[in-house]
Amino acid sequence: MEYLNTFIKSIFIENMIFAYFLGMCSYLAVSKTVKTAMGLGVAVIFVLGATVPLNYLIENYLMKAGALAWLGPQFAAVDLSFLSFIMFIAVVASFTQLVEMAVEKFAPALYSQLGIFLPLIAVNCSILGGALFMQERQYSDVGMATIFALGSGVGWALAIVAIAAIREKLRYSNVPAPLRGLGITFIITGLMAIAFMSFMGISL
Amino acid sequence: MSAVAEAPVAAKESEPLFSKKNRKLLSDPFNDSNPITVQVLGICSALAITVQVKQAVVMALSVTVVTAFSNLIMSMIRNFVPNRIRIIVQLVVVAALVILVDQTLKAFVYDVSKQLSVFVGLIITNCIVMGRIEAFALANRPWPSFIDGIGNGLGYGFILFIVAVFREFFGSGKFWGIQLIPQAVYDMGYVNNGLVILPPMALIVVGTIIWVQRSRNTKLIEN
Repeated sequence: MEYLNTFIKSIFIENMIFAYFLGMCSYLAVSKTVKTAMGLGVAVIFVLGATVPLNYLIENYLMKAGALAWLGPQFAAVDLSFLSFIMFIAVVASFTQLVEMAVEKFAPALYSQLGIFLPLIAVNCSILGGALFMQERQYSDVGMATIFALGSGVGWALAIVAIAAIREKLRYSNVPAPLRGLGITFIITGLMAIAFMSFMGISL
Repeated sequence: MSAVAEAPVAAKESEPLFSKKNRKLLSDPFNDSNPITVQVLGICSALAITVQVKQAVVMALSVTVVTAFSNLIMSMIRNFVPNRIRIIVQLVVVAALVILVDQTLKAFVYDVSKQLSVFVGLIITNCIVMGRIEAFALANRPWPSFIDGIGNGLGYGFILFIVAVFREFFGSGKFWGIQLIPQAVYDMGYVNNGLVILPPMALIVVGTIIWVQRSRNTKLIEN
């Protein structure tokens, strides 16, 4: 039940885009058509769902104050938490590289669809943001962290597909010239965020 | 061959530190090539930490420092880094600088650093930093790259400042934590606009800034 609650919460209430604005750059750049938006969304779900648990294990068994105690009592006082940024980004960057190579080798069809987006994901704020939120919120176990990561990914994918669908229709409407493109996208995202705020307070 | 290629570079050495070109690097990001409203870089943090002016200023300074120094460092080592691994090298340089900034903030302005929470760490993936390294520092000499970093950091800070002033004034009637709207106005029935503090309003304010900027500067209009 607690898992389900975290899942719903990270999709709707603590949505990566509408509540924290993470991953805005690719959200704005790759939301011109629904098809590509869907591709990027799936890639983000996958990478988030894999890197956050990985970072959770690193954080709790290597970096935190006293996390190295399992090596022996003399390591109990070691605190490497100041290294966490560099560690997280290294995990994210190397993981995306790995996924890219694996997908290219084993699923060339998927690669040609996703190919361009995979390297982009390394610098998508939502991935590193997921790791940093995981660190800040102190999830109780690795399952919880995974659920949070998958929920955030699904929420992000939902947001980018929704805005892509709106932008496809928007092409036929008469927007004031200075507002075209970026400006109107911002304002629509703002309105969508207001709509998403109605989920606030839901808990299962 | 290399001696020939070196010659014009050596001639450039005598260029004054703040030549016209370098000043342009500093002033362009405020309008024609603003990182947020024109290049669309670094939106995430711009929206999330503009509830109070103080946070926004601290964030803008942090980003300026990181952008300037990562540009400088990458520009200095650009000829030794193989192209294939440059992204990883950039990430390491940027992450190291961000750790320095984060530790400094924790030491001197602890309360602000707590409020900024994950967004200090997210400077690493702030597209401005990577974007300027890729677009400018890898093709230019260290000094112009440094200036370009400062210019873009300040251009980013400029938008942050406008949004934060607007949101703090209408959302809580303050500027830099100082009450601007007097109590008498509240007594007459004025209420702070709670919506301005919430995330959606940041998007709408930035959208409006883009609208205003593009109607003044028509060459930026998209079709």
